[in-house]
Amino acid sequence: MSTPGSTLVDAMNDTDQGRPVYLDHAASTPMYPEAVAAMTAQLTHLGNPSSLHAPGRQARRVVEESREALAQALSCRPGEVVFTSGGTESDNLALKGLFWARRAEDPRRTRILSTAIEHHAVLDSLHWLGEHEGADVELLPVDRLGRLDLDALRRSVARDPGTVGLVSVMWANNEVGTVQPVGEVVRLAHAHGIPVHTDAVQAVGQVPVDFAASGVDALTVTAHKAGGPYGVGALVVRRDLQVTPQLHGGGQERDIRSGTIDTPAIAAFATAVGLAVRNQPDHAVRVAALRDDLVRRVREQVPDAVVNGDPDSGLDHRLPGNAHLTFPGCEGDSLLMLLDARGIATSTGSACSAGVPQASHVLLAMGCNEEQARSSLRLSLGHTSTAADVDALVAAIGPVVSRARAAGAAAGFGVSKKAG
Amino acid sequence: MRVLAAMSGGVDSAVAAARAAEMGHDVTGIHLALSRNPQSYRTGARGCCTIEDSNDARRAADVIGIPFYVWDLSDRFHQDVVEEFVAEYSAGRTPNPCLRCNEKIKFAAVLDRAVALGFDAVATGHYATLATGADGLVELHRAADPGKDQSYVLGVLTQEQLRHSMFPLGPTLKSEVRAEAARRGLQVARKPDSHDICFIADGDTSGWLRERLGSGTGDIVDSASGQVLGRHEGAFGFTVGQRKGLRIGTPTDDGRPRYVLDIEPVSGTVTVGPREELTVDRIEGVRARWCGAAPTQPVRVTVQLRAHGGEHRALVTPGDAGSLRVELHDPAQGIAPGQAAVVYDGSRVVGSCTIAAASRTAAPA
Repeated sequence: MSTPGSTLVDAMNDTDQGRPVYLDHAASTPMYPEAVAAMTAQLTHLGNPSSLHAPGRQARRVVEESREALAQALSCRPGEVVFTSGGTESDNLALKGLFWARRAEDPRRTRILSTAIEHHAVLDSLHWLGEHEGADVELLPVDRLGRLDLDALRRSVARDPGTVGLVSVMWANNEVGTVQPVGEVVRLAHAHGIPVHTDAVQAVGQVPVDFAASGVDALTVTAHKAGGPYGVGALVVRRDLQVTPQLHGGGQERDIRSGTIDTPAIAAFATAVGLAVRNQPDHAVRVAALRDDLVRRVREQVPDAVVNGDPDSGLDHRLPGNAHLTFPGCEGDSLLMLLDARGIATSTGSACSAGVPQASHVLLAMGCNEEQARSSLRLSLGHTSTAADVDALVAAIGPVVSRARAAGAAAGFGVSKKAG
Repeated sequence: MRVLAAMSGGVDSAVAAARAAEMGHDVTGIHLALSRNPQSYRTGARGCCTIEDSNDARRAADVIGIPFYVWDLSDRFHQDVVEEFVAEYSAGRTPNPCLRCNEKIKFAAVLDRAVALGFDAVATGHYATLATGADGLVELHRAADPGKDQSYVLGVLTQEQLRHSMFPLGPTLKSEVRAEAARRGLQVARKPDSHDICFIADGDTSGWLRERLGSGTGDIVDSASGQVLGRHEGAFGFTVGQRKGLRIGTPTDDGRPRYVLDIEPVSGTVTVGPREELTVDRIEGVRARWCGAAPTQPVRVTVQLRAHGGEHRALVTPGDAGSLRVELHDPAQGIAPGQAAVVYDGSRVVGSCTIAAASRTAAPA
């Protein structure tokens, strides 16, 4: 079915017993062969896009065509795309850049409203702004499905709208896949002239993401979650919004983000996002069906497994490739390790410092206790996932959960655990 | 066998894991995260708690070609080792946290979880050897390298624990282990050994204890005269047998140095006196642990009374409820309550107890 040479997808589609079963697409998904081709083609081309000579102009042309392709895929204007090194940088730039710029316009604007379930690139940036820049950060609660409590946001804004610098709410959560009510957030915030940033890293290519229609003022996107390379992403930000730069230098990217423009990475980024967005409707149907099959069959094997996040499979409710389950009495890292030993790559979906698993702040915010949070596993499917991946996971999960339960019991972990 | 290799990030445990893999075992490396706040130990720590150590262990696992994970044992470690360490000092004793960590963490919490997950053994970089005795029991022996022998800190292990243990470095000299690490391309080949107590980052045990116990002042009292010679800032700064750092202004009449003889935890009184008064020949032990069958009769053995200490010939008599009496053939000096007395029969470890008290039965001849 495939020609020799397109090794990446072949490797993933190879149904040999030995191939890894990759169920961690939310962490990073394989590059599209077309994106690899676009990148490798540019690697051999000469020219800094900021140079004035012919090779420079040629490189610049590739960058601008990529910008236009991205703009078309995300329904924004090319001039609104600021290339960065990826999601973390885009989030930092949006939060710090908008906070500083808005407070410079009006010193009363010290509040930032966000949610308790943001990625650490947002949470830690906000924490830093609170610690060092006098920002009053409010992390608004979510319901038990992991969706922002809009009433809490409404109350928080209404308390003193003039003091809100910005609102940041992720498009879809990276752990439990819950899609956030970004449209309502925008309406609420814009009623008071407050700009909205959204981290859409998990959403692009999975659910429809339309920058213009959504009304958001700034949007974070990264390449490697959408079939592009690592180390490149963008902040899509409205032209009329002031953003204080974080990186100073050559004045690239409208002076918002200095640094030599990475033509090969940007070409691959645009190729990948273009493909991912074009494929999104079919992709979502196919992957959601695999995911629903996976969840149903895992629960047949492990009847007391609990599904976290939104049970509604609709794309305005949940990312199509995301399954997130709690296995009572099992430590998530035991499950991960036992599945890994069977060639199945999964995630506990939690933040790691030095690889130390910590209870997920997302699950805690959804009302899980520490033990439930630590008993969870994220299984995320993507564009290379197949029914064979689901079969492999379903075949392994029963014995793996039994073993992990025994280990949990040995460690005093489980429902009978004593308080304290 | 499926072997779980505990990898601290040091050279010994890295080579131990490599050897286990080379023997044909199916080895998985784990690093134990023992600090509750690893970030704060990023610099200056010398033990096995830093992110750097975790990364060193990960790189070693990469080179060996085994899977690697980090297990968070920080809560258990805090409860079973750190809190007990503090409690022991506040009771006027001098604990050995490495023994407790082996007893409660490495060969208990980790081992139990490993066995439940389907592993057959836990391998560590300890210098000690295992053998199977005529009775089929697993025996723990001293290592080939007398300078590195760590059987003392393993003296708390029971037969069940020893059955699931593996010490691949036992037959080897430390110098050979470093050379082997270099040969295997392990980056940690020249990494300095860890010393002191892993959870006390800067090695200042007194300062660390003061932060947790506050400065409880007390008298320093002369054993002969009962005279108060001075005040101290916390009894936890003292260990029985200690000579340095007493900071007593009044010299003795004969000019001979004074030693810490006793620490009374409630009043904080530290009694000092001449070296002869440190001499003991009888030790009462508690929390006896046996590597094999517990003896029922008095046994003529040797005992080691501190890490890196010498052996003393002794008659060991088991008592009730894990108590133990150790009668030394020749008197010994500076035996600190809280330390372990590890019982040997030749090179074989018989068991151990925690020293509760030491005394002198007869006046010197």
